[in-house]
Amino acid sequence: MSLDTVKQAEQTPEAAQPWQELGLKEDEYARVREILGRRPTGAELAMYSVMWSEHCSYKSSKVHLKQFGEKAPKTDALLVGIGENAGVVDVGQGYAVTFKVESHNHPSYIEPYQGAATGVGGIVRDILAMGARPVAVMDPLRFGAADHPDTKRVLPGVVAGIGGYGNCLGLPNIGGEVVFDPCYQGNPLVNALCVGVMKHEDIHLAKASGAGNKVILYGARTGGDGIGGVSVLASETFESTGPAKRPAVQVGDPFQEKLLIECTLEIFREKLVAGIQDLGGAGLSCATSELASAGSGGMRVELDTVPLRDATLSPEEILMSESQERMCAIVEPGKVDRFLEICEKWDVIATVIGEVTDGTRLEIFWHGDLIVDVPPRSVAHEGPTYHRPYARPEWQDALQADDANALPRPATSEELRAQVLRVAGSPNQASKAWITDQYDRFVQGNTILAQPEDSGVIRIDEETNLGVAVATDGNGRYAKLDPYAGAQLALAEAYRNVAATGAKPLAISDCLNFGSPEDPAVMWQFAEATRGLADGCLALGTPVTGGNVSLYNQTGETAIHPTPVVAVLGVIDDVTRRTPMAFTDEGHLIYLLGDTREEFGGSAWSQVVHDHLGGLPPAVDLDRERLLGEILISGSRDGMIDAAHDLSDGGLIQAVTESCLRGGHGARLVVPDGLDAFTFLFSESAGRAIVAVPRSEEMRFTDMCGARGLPATRIGVVDGDSVDVQGEFTLPLEELREAHETAIPALLA
Amino acid sequence: MTARIGVVTFPGTLDDRDTQRAVRVAGGEAVPLWHRDKDLKQVDAVVLPGGFSYGDYLRAGAISRFSPVMETIIEQARAGMPVLGICNGFQVLCEAHLLPGAMLRNTALHFVCRDQRLRVETSGTAWTADYTAGQEISIPLKNIDGRYTADERTLDELEAEGRVAFRYATGGPAADGYGNPNGSLRDIAGITNAAGNVVGLMPHPEHAVETLVGTGRTDGLGFFTSVLKKLVSA
Repeated sequence: MSLDTVKQAEQTPEAAQPWQELGLKEDEYARVREILGRRPTGAELAMYSVMWSEHCSYKSSKVHLKQFGEKAPKTDALLVGIGENAGVVDVGQGYAVTFKVESHNHPSYIEPYQGAATGVGGIVRDILAMGARPVAVMDPLRFGAADHPDTKRVLPGVVAGIGGYGNCLGLPNIGGEVVFDPCYQGNPLVNALCVGVMKHEDIHLAKASGAGNKVILYGARTGGDGIGGVSVLASETFESTGPAKRPAVQVGDPFQEKLLIECTLEIFREKLVAGIQDLGGAGLSCATSELASAGSGGMRVELDTVPLRDATLSPEEILMSESQERMCAIVEPGKVDRFLEICEKWDVIATVIGEVTDGTRLEIFWHGDLIVDVPPRSVAHEGPTYHRPYARPEWQDALQADDANALPRPATSEELRAQVLRVAGSPNQASKAWITDQYDRFVQGNTILAQPEDSGVIRIDEETNLGVAVATDGNGRYAKLDPYAGAQLALAEAYRNVAATGAKPLAISDCLNFGSPEDPAVMWQFAEATRGLADGCLALGTPVTGGNVSLYNQTGETAIHPTPVVAVLGVIDDVTRRTPMAFTDEGHLIYLLGDTREEFGGSAWSQVVHDHLGGLPPAVDLDRERLLGEILISGSRDGMIDAAHDLSDGGLIQAVTESCLRGGHGARLVVPDGLDAFTFLFSESAGRAIVAVPRSEEMRFTDMCGARGLPATRIGVVDGDSVDVQGEFTLPLEELREAHETAIPALLA
Repeated sequence: MTARIGVVTFPGTLDDRDTQRAVRVAGGEAVPLWHRDKDLKQVDAVVLPGGFSYGDYLRAGAISRFSPVMETIIEQARAGMPVLGICNGFQVLCEAHLLPGAMLRNTALHFVCRDQRLRVETSGTAWTADYTAGQEISIPLKNIDGRYTADERTLDELEAEGRVAFRYATGGPAADGYGNPNGSLRDIAGITNAAGNVVGLMPHPEHAVETLVGTGRTDGLGFFTSVLKKLVSA
């Protein structure tokens, strides 16, 4: 066993290297050689292979993601945009909010508990690295069929991992989604979102500047876990004397992360760091090259000073390890002592591992020998770019022609009633309380609204009652039928959910979950979805602040439904004005806002009753979404509405059921003129919401809707202890509750 | 003139800031206490808040119990200073032998977070004087190791001496927060020492002090007003 140094690389240009096992393509390896003017050392090869992986370099997706910048709407709200650890949004009163959604899909299938747990840990460190105190998390989750045996392995592990990690950090979990579909069998989607709050002046960036500044690695010791987690696991290609194959999944220690959070916030308060970066995918390779690349000079690192959990790790393994709960800070020499003192207070290990230089190279030494000597930008920011071929799949036309509107509809009132009950108790529409009750939603004492409300709302200032709202949504069924429209429908739903609670939508983050980019059909879905999302954001005035792309979510030839998940962040000036979803007062009038059309393509009804996916998704009208949002926000601010709930999957009857069960009051509904009962109850037309209006506010509210041109139809009244659809059927709340609340425990408990 | 109430932060404590807020909302002065510091800064009472101190590694509360701050707290508690342990704090008090018994993993084996219905069994403690015996309150509960257990003799003693301070109320529907959520013996949610100054419970009164947040109830405020009244009048 010998150390592969730069000197040795120069002397043995033709030595065989395991570039292929590390996931590099032939031309990529050639490009590395060209950049360096020699063959890379083993350590350099390790760095390039992880940093040029799909996960880190976005090489297949970045030509499409560019649109998010090119089509960005004009806004004053964006303080930090795409490219940093997370975007930062101005929410007023001197506050800035940072938020981001990320995926941890593949690890969560292999090892559900640790995969999901470290997904939470990673996104929380991203938010922390911006200078913010994390204040809430959310988890959009997708699993295979609810009754599939493997779902019973994956789901409880994922949920326990999210709870086990997030609960232990003291972060309220305030929303998210749980969706079941056979297409996610073998490819569950575990996305995680975190929101953080800071003052404008506290924003920190990931860059290493100022020659002589110290590079400090702090947090957990580096171990052999998660090596190559972001690329192809290939630990056996390294020296065979080290510990053999170790899991590519990282292992989380939430207690260590909690200490890291409090320690880092104290360090921020004393203004001790010039730049900071968390260690996530690609570990030290990523942190050192990104910090150096974004800064003005070079960086020199003594890799043998890194504290290890396992003394036998090779330098390549140390560079690739994805051990959790680590951060890397750039600190002026005069502030190092105080920095280390605060780390000691919190029992956090901190080590000076290097310094910023006035050169242009990232140089890494191992016991005095130079083992990495690279231009940092070539590792971090100048990876390969692919223009993958894409083509509309030939089956798309047939799929769209298979019209869901032509499916047999219930012939009698009894049948309609039975189908309402069936949909309310189907896994996707049923209450997810069994899952979300395993998460702490109360900690920190600022939770204004949490799931199952339309969006999670957090108070960020106790004096002024300023708050933020976040909702995440995605509908893979819609996106499969039309990826362009599907992405816009995800955006529109999250936007609507934020507005429904009374908050003004400001910006978005996205997690784009797709199959293999090497399949032109998948690449077409990706291209269409990103185009739809970029156009949608422009229309709604909500810029993309950052996010994540997860590709290769497929088994063999079968890809998941294209699943863009969109998180919308909104601001609410006074959280006492928030609108909950529950019907709480008898006699309040129920209004339906928006237009209802015969739109059943991709609907919950077509899935539950007919196991069908075909036709077109609901039509998108973003101007209408914007108008609806304005009405919901005005109605909330001016005290005209007491409850609001967005209409989405499951249609109107699902929304009414949820608002009734949440408030413990029934509703009497009348089918409006021009609609049949079935369409009224089950259509999934977009741009709609229901609101509960006190009688005293009815005129004021309808006048407002009339003046602004938003259709508002009085469809009933909050009353009694059943949901009664006049002339059709009566469903006692208890019967609905039984269907809605027992389905998930029955499948999973 | 108000009282100073110390709130301890161990590594891994989560609800310290919430508890400080609850003390302030009740009209008291909240004083942060650090686990490594034996000095209690002349506080009149102490709350050990919830969380996962030391990651709950080894056993919930088992490591915290040996921290420097606990030395003084144990001494002062024996001398009559009011001490409240919430959730992880209750576990620490049991580990410190200020209260009898221990907490096991919930019978359902997973974390549970819900609005919990409780019956206050005694108003004869420093922390429950503002309630009446038999009163039902709803406050959030969130734990994974919340199943109270003790040997039969200890349980009989607790009952006989009126030291069961709170029980999970079971006389109503689960949707309204009724039921024993974790399998605690005799539905015990919280207990007191014989002198009534040391109280521990699993649910979280500090999360129920404002109508605006959490469940929208203020049923937990009485814990803090009880002790403040006692201290100010003393």
